[in-house]
Amino acid sequence: MIPAQFDYVRPTTVDEAVQALRDGGDDAKLLAGGQSLLPVLRLRMADPSLIIDLGGIPELKGVREEGNEVVVGAMTSHYDVTRDDTLRQHVALIGEATKTVADPQVRHRGTLGGALAHADPAGDLAAPALALDAQFVIAGSGGTRTVAAADFFEDYFTTAIGEGELLTEIRFPKYTGWGARYEKFNRVAQAWSIVAVAATVKVDGGKITDARIGLTNMAGTPVRARGVESALVGQSASEDTVRQAAQAAAEGTSPTADADAGSDYREHLARVLTGRAVLAAAG
Amino acid sequence: MARIRTTVDGLVYEDDVEPRMLLVQYLRERLGKTGTVIGCDTSNCGACTVHLDGMSVKSCSVLAVQANGAEVLTVEGLERDGQLHPVQQAFHDNHALQCGYCTPGMIMQSIDLLGDNPDPSEQEVREGIEGNLCRCTGYQNIVRAVQDAASKMKPGAAAPTQPAGQPVAGGGA
Repeated sequence: MIPAQFDYVRPTTVDEAVQALRDGGDDAKLLAGGQSLLPVLRLRMADPSLIIDLGGIPELKGVREEGNEVVVGAMTSHYDVTRDDTLRQHVALIGEATKTVADPQVRHRGTLGGALAHADPAGDLAAPALALDAQFVIAGSGGTRTVAAADFFEDYFTTAIGEGELLTEIRFPKYTGWGARYEKFNRVAQAWSIVAVAATVKVDGGKITDARIGLTNMAGTPVRARGVESALVGQSASEDTVRQAAQAAAEGTSPTADADAGSDYREHLARVLTGRAVLAAAG
Repeated sequence: MARIRTTVDGLVYEDDVEPRMLLVQYLRERLGKTGTVIGCDTSNCGACTVHLDGMSVKSCSVLAVQANGAEVLTVEGLERDGQLHPVQQAFHDNHALQCGYCTPGMIMQSIDLLGDNPDPSEQEVREGIEGNLCRCTGYQNIVRAVQDAASKMKPGAAAPTQPAGQPVAGGGA
């Protein structure tokens, strides 16, 4: 189908985009990579009166180091995230998860910021962002503010980005030398995650000294598996200890039941995939 | 209406389009490039795959206005001087199609894949074309064709994914 009619603007700076949002009122919609929005427009599940295309704003693209952080512009494509050496070296988990998003064509267009702002509970990038304690920089008419990942994801498709605001940057602390693995369980190629686990661990002399684990699609928002994290610290990175620690993976989750899986099966998957992800990350 | 200026298969076009016009509609309905087909309404099938500034995209999931100032390459722009692109030839030689509907998208995505990875394993080919569905389920010969093309494009012959300045045969105006 063809989308319903809308007006279109393509600002060249963040300030212009904020102004366009203000001018556009309730009915304006931001277009990042468009790989979720365009299908929704085509199916006429949304009919905004104004589309604000963020594709022409150079300051929203690219990866840079700033002290102990790696800063990723919200409009950096999935493709560029997977190929960036700075991220590979310091924040390996985000690239591991991004490699599994959709398919190559979608990764060419889709963006890190767009996917995070869309906040689909089955999307693959929210759980790693949560596990990595990312900070979200949000611009509005009053300037910018920064929101921690733990406060950014509020509910199904709902984030802390307010009316008249847009996500400009995602800031990751460095996890240099940590192992990383995104273990995704889905039905067929390019399908959404039924459950997935994002794990990054620091291993020293065969022992796990630190661990961060985030779960995809185990609630309306991504969930930190803190029970597993604390159970892993100080343990050897062996199969038995990791699988034992992973038994706590489903604690505090509230997974949905749908045509792909019931809630109890999702809890089972969380435990199994957490074990696999941690072992692979530690290996 | 928005004014766009786009290079498609080596020729420059200027048109006024509605912002809601999809790139695939622009290619088919304005430029008559019906070699690029529409296979689904959900962005899953990849039949409409073209290259936008050298990267494969699903042209149903890009607005025509987003291609303003960009270079687009469709399956119709691959042939050179009456010679099929090596990937087209390999699809022909390996009977890598049954009904043929997915073929334009498969070929465009395969060329993109070989640009990134000139010598993919069978598994890498399968993952590289995971965004393209063949409803005839004829994947075996498609994978074979991509590997055949890879072997024929070696050594050192990068995939000619962009027209490199010269006009392209077959780009109807």
